[in-house]
Amino acid sequence: MATTERAPAITSTTTATPTPTPTPTPTLIDFEHVQLTYPNGTIALSGVDLTVRRGEFVTVVGPSGCGKSTLLRIASGLETASEGTATVNTGRVGYVFQDPTLLPWRNVQANVELLAELQWDTQAVRREKARRAIELVGLSGFEKHLPRQLSGGMRMRASLARSLTLDPELFLFDEPFGALDEITREYLNDELLKLFVEQQFAGLFITHSVSEAVYLSTKVVVMSGRPGRIVDTFDVPFPMPRDPDIRYTGEFAALVGEVSHALRAGHGA
Amino acid sequence: MSTEGMIEHREAGQEIAPTTVAPVPLRRRGRRGGIASWGPPVAVAILMIAGWYFVGSVLLDPSKSYLMPPPHAVLAVYFDPDVAPDMYEALWNTATVALTGLLVAIVLGVVWAIAMNQAKWIERSLYPYAVILQTIPILALVPLIGFWFGFDFFARVIVAILIALFPMVSNTLFGLQSIDAAQRELFTLQRANRWIVLKKLQFPAALPAIFAGMRISAGLAVVGAIVGDFFFQRGTPGIGALISKYTARLESDALFAAIILASLFGVVVFWFFGWLGRRVVGKWYDFA
Repeated sequence: MATTERAPAITSTTTATPTPTPTPTPTLIDFEHVQLTYPNGTIALSGVDLTVRRGEFVTVVGPSGCGKSTLLRIASGLETASEGTATVNTGRVGYVFQDPTLLPWRNVQANVELLAELQWDTQAVRREKARRAIELVGLSGFEKHLPRQLSGGMRMRASLARSLTLDPELFLFDEPFGALDEITREYLNDELLKLFVEQQFAGLFITHSVSEAVYLSTKVVVMSGRPGRIVDTFDVPFPMPRDPDIRYTGEFAALVGEVSHALRAGHGA
Repeated sequence: MSTEGMIEHREAGQEIAPTTVAPVPLRRRGRRGGIASWGPPVAVAILMIAGWYFVGSVLLDPSKSYLMPPPHAVLAVYFDPDVAPDMYEALWNTATVALTGLLVAIVLGVVWAIAMNQAKWIERSLYPYAVILQTIPILALVPLIGFWFGFDFFARVIVAILIALFPMVSNTLFGLQSIDAAQRELFTLQRANRWIVLKKLQFPAALPAIFAGMRISAGLAVVGAIVGDFFFQRGTPGIGALISKYTARLESDALFAAIILASLFGVVVFWFFGWLGRRVVGKWYDFA
């Protein structure tokens, strides 16, 4: 594995702060030298330092199999770091899976109520939480639909709504839009940003699309594989709420180019 | 029908929420009625009856016509006041045995599978016996069952249970284990205990497989009840006892009638569980 000597990227000096929160901003995720070694000896992650603060939307890009998802699994508690410390300073964590993972026998309403149900909320509370979440993702009117009656994009919205019922402080996204077509994906990116601005959660988002990463986040982290490690970090200077047309500006393209470069340097070389 | 209602609802939903993502059109599943669904099996039945007549009246020497009585003679048995009442009563007895056995097999099979699903060591301990249940020749066991449990109703039910149990165990276990890892993790993240996971995730997910198992077991329970009749003729034996009586007397038309009646009953039970499965899970699962 060649270490990549990279020229200091032209990271913009203006650190993006979407909401002018008073300092110090609480750190929600704090990873220090996190390493994960599987029992068979495979090193999935090595020496990962990562922080996610309130008001940040951090996106991790990297080639498939580089341990991006493992990062999320550690943050959510599904896996435990073998070395280093992984601290998560909130109990309200939303997790959006790669697939919508809706229960096919439950309609949208019942699916969205599931997490509240597992937390033993009363029916009235569940209803109200689900109603709000369904409204937030624009699925009002589809409460009685079964997952099979919905398009891929709508299923993902329902899945988002389900996590929103937890009123998360920290949202973990594991390539949630990877299976969707370009148009739906861009549309859901905008919806997600709107939610991010309105609901004030911190986000840790995994994707393999560089433009999605740059468009969504306040910070882009580039990983390389085998073992998974962070090779570069970029601050994204564009203000929130984000204008969808920013995707077509030169600055945006330049930043996408830089990130892609770092990705390629980390991958091959 | 229910599918119509779902379509209406979708349209109503679209008016309320004119989002950019349109719902996919509802797939209308293979619930076609009419000639397309009943035509082919009826055609096959006609061909078989024609073949039956052909063999019985053309190929067979008239002196041996008892080997294959013509269909109308078999049909007449069902209206023969000397034979038919016995046959219907026997069918009723067989049905009681088969349905009792099936019910016990369903409950026992589901409980057995759930127990095995709770821990790997339980599965390792119990699964071999489920397989043995399937592989030992039940017929060889039947006399033993008679010694142990007597030669009437109870013993016949045991035979039906033994024959019908395995598909319930294996199908339920398969269904419980078929859930997606991410769905399981969704529950893990909320610290759901294993009872909640079973109740809200695994059991509902297993329902299609359980119903498929019921359908197989239903047919087998009927076979089991008839096998039981052959061996245990005390009390009120069923159609199996009649079959052995007609065989002994070479009453081939009654024999045919009894066999056909027994298979028809099996078909009805099979069909019923298919219908029940579609009723319960058909909304979200394409139950064949």
